[in-house]
Amino acid sequence: MSVKPFYKPDVTPGVHGPKPRLARFRDLTLVPVIVLLLVVGAFTDPVFLTGGNISNILQQQASISLLVLAEAMILIAGKFDLSLESTVGTAPAIAVMLVIPAAAGGFGLGLPGALVIPLALLVGAAIGAFNGFLIIRFQLSAFIVTLAMLIIVHGLLLGPTEGKTLFQLPDSILYLGSVTWLGLPAAIWIAGVLFAVGIFVLGYTRAGRSLYAIGGNADAARAAGIRVHRVLFGVFVIGGMLAALAGILETGRLGAIGSNMGVGWIFMVFAAAVIGGVSMDGGKGTILGALTGVLVIGLVQNILTLKGVSGFWQPVVYGAIILIALMISRIAGGKAQD
Amino acid sequence: MRFHVEARNITKRFGPTTALNNAGIEIAPGQTHALVGRNGAGKSTLVSILTGLQRPDEGEVLFAGEAAPGPADRDAWRRRVACVYQKSTIIPALTVAENLFLNRQGRYVKWRELRSKARDLLATYEVDVDAEALAGDLGVEQRQLVEIARALSFGATFIILDEPTARLDGPAIERLFTRMRALREQGVTMMYISHHLDEVYEICQSVTVFRDARHVMTRPVAELPHDELVSAMTGEATAVAHQTRRRAPGDLVVLEATGLSLRGRYEGVGLSVRAGEVVGLAGSASSGKIGLAETLAGLRKADSGRITVNGRRPKPGDVPAFLAAGLGFVPEDRHHEGFVPLLSVAENSTMPVMRRLGSFGLVSPGRRRTRAKQMIRELDIKTGGPDQPVAELSGGNAQKVVFARALVDDPTALVVMNPTAGVDVKSKQALLGAVEDAVERGAGAVLVSDELDDLRICDRVLVMFHGRIVKDVPRGWTDHELVAVMEGIEQ
Repeated sequence: MSVKPFYKPDVTPGVHGPKPRLARFRDLTLVPVIVLLLVVGAFTDPVFLTGGNISNILQQQASISLLVLAEAMILIAGKFDLSLESTVGTAPAIAVMLVIPAAAGGFGLGLPGALVIPLALLVGAAIGAFNGFLIIRFQLSAFIVTLAMLIIVHGLLLGPTEGKTLFQLPDSILYLGSVTWLGLPAAIWIAGVLFAVGIFVLGYTRAGRSLYAIGGNADAARAAGIRVHRVLFGVFVIGGMLAALAGILETGRLGAIGSNMGVGWIFMVFAAAVIGGVSMDGGKGTILGALTGVLVIGLVQNILTLKGVSGFWQPVVYGAIILIALMISRIAGGKAQD
Repeated sequence: MRFHVEARNITKRFGPTTALNNAGIEIAPGQTHALVGRNGAGKSTLVSILTGLQRPDEGEVLFAGEAAPGPADRDAWRRRVACVYQKSTIIPALTVAENLFLNRQGRYVKWRELRSKARDLLATYEVDVDAEALAGDLGVEQRQLVEIARALSFGATFIILDEPTARLDGPAIERLFTRMRALREQGVTMMYISHHLDEVYEICQSVTVFRDARHVMTRPVAELPHDELVSAMTGEATAVAHQTRRRAPGDLVVLEATGLSLRGRYEGVGLSVRAGEVVGLAGSASSGKIGLAETLAGLRKADSGRITVNGRRPKPGDVPAFLAAGLGFVPEDRHHEGFVPLLSVAENSTMPVMRRLGSFGLVSPGRRRTRAKQMIRELDIKTGGPDQPVAELSGGNAQKVVFARALVDDPTALVVMNPTAGVDVKSKQALLGAVEDAVERGAGAVLVSDELDDLRICDRVLVMFHGRIVKDVPRGWTDHELVAVMEGIEQ
């Protein structure tokens, strides 16, 4: 006779023991890559490991990293946003044009200069809200909606400026991107703090965990009482605002808003998020992982520049690095990627 | 309180289709009440109305005589009714602990506390699952237990089980029933949905039958003859007890395996199937029967051993080579490997013979339609026509399309896995009939099934236990005999 106690399932999952603690390290599969890049960088050029260069790398990555933060949240919730890169240029540009006189290329409304940052964030939020409206309320495909919005929003930068670069900017918008706090550029502090907030919110709050639930199985999330539509809408709005903030930091760093600001970033953003372990299918990945993805890309860019690799050849190397990083994290992570 | 749960005069329409037409159900406190009906009878719609996920167009739902809470008040619903849905509502990328307390973590998640609460909850309901395991790593049975524990943890005393046994094997079903009986003793009221009428007789006290979106009857199970229940479901007075057909197997061996081994699945297995013979494969979920069948169909590659189809030796694990050798198969999970949902009935059913429906890589739509129409007629597929996407068909008819794909090339060897999973009584009969028809035309078939009733059409049943074939049982077995061998109780 079989003497098995009835309540014991036949198959044990094979995940008893220390695996859950190991799971935490899944975020860190790119750390060996980062270490490798640091070693390679140090041998490549003595300048590489100096404080100045490292802070330079971080400042360059600060604005793009905010886009990665936004995209990681949207991907985890199971959605998609391509239009973020257009918001980077358009949100600050429109805000600036609302403030500066017509002679400098603005709309001549004469709004106070101090309003420029809130206005830029508002434009970003509005773009995110419009995306959210079309995707969630109108139930359109996130990919196509945001692809169209990528084109439209960039057009909203080109149209009013007629493709000209905006040089005469109010001081307030230049401040964040150029000032130094405690020896480090403010942009690094801002990105650092926002990532810390992101890690906390997605790891330790009910709202953040609901993103994973929605991305993993939206029906189940709804059945569990999560307000799926409201959360997704909020994520798109926050995404737009982060993109606008990225644009503000970038404007301050460059001192001008060119018609190409942000163009082409979205590929790097996706690459960073995905090599950092965020799943394109939703429900998987962490903000910490996405951060390691940003760092890998920043280090590679810096090493290539220090090596004097021609800008025309750099895309080939970026692409190859992304593939190699993917393979390494695939081997370290063990599971097939989707 | 006369009834714990009441749904009165419910009507629900989705566009032009009426999913429920003035239907209702009344469940007495502490009863396990079955809800049965063929696919499309309106069972799933009633479930979503009773759980508050959808609002009826007309009619009302009462819990213990009181009106149901408003649609937005999820927590109030969950305190009154718990549901283990047919589709898993577990989120695979999250841990068991987080799944258990989804959206109840508190504003800030305290992971340590959450894990210990989860462990307590699992212990309370005697669920032997690691709270820190990823839910996606769990087996079907464990996932279901987690869902039951979660459902009950809201304090509901009414629980809906929507086809919980569809993907469980025999012993797991028994364990589920033991658990259900224990819950009933504690006073929990249950609504049980299943396609398996024997389960209704085993575990339920009363039964409600839905047909074509209407309530047909509600009766105590004890005084309801089997035939009457079936005819209430189908609307016909014919008995559906399967007429087993007799036949004389030929001498020609169409499918043979010798010394097959696959690590962790099965070991040293040999079998031979003759033309005109149906050979059953039975065993528990861990017996390796599906792994063996998949190897025989070319879906898997064995570590060692060889397979002969029609005297040919197709390359192991190479499906096209197996098909070319004259084999047809019905995969275990039709949604996974059985059909492409967005493609039409015609394209799905003629997929293996595309090469012969035209030349130079072209496929003649006319010839495809003709061939498909023939299959639709032979298998009696209920469809709007060969151009209808398979996604729009009911479970039973979709499975018939999978059969059409397996049979379209007149295979001489047929491997059929769980053919009747999730299909209604009438389709079941038609599907098993299709296997027998093919065999009468001269094919040899291997039939793997968790359902003893399916295996009745077999000329002999090979019983597997822990990866080995332990017994060859000829026709004429009783359930008890076969189960005893499957469970390893006797040899």
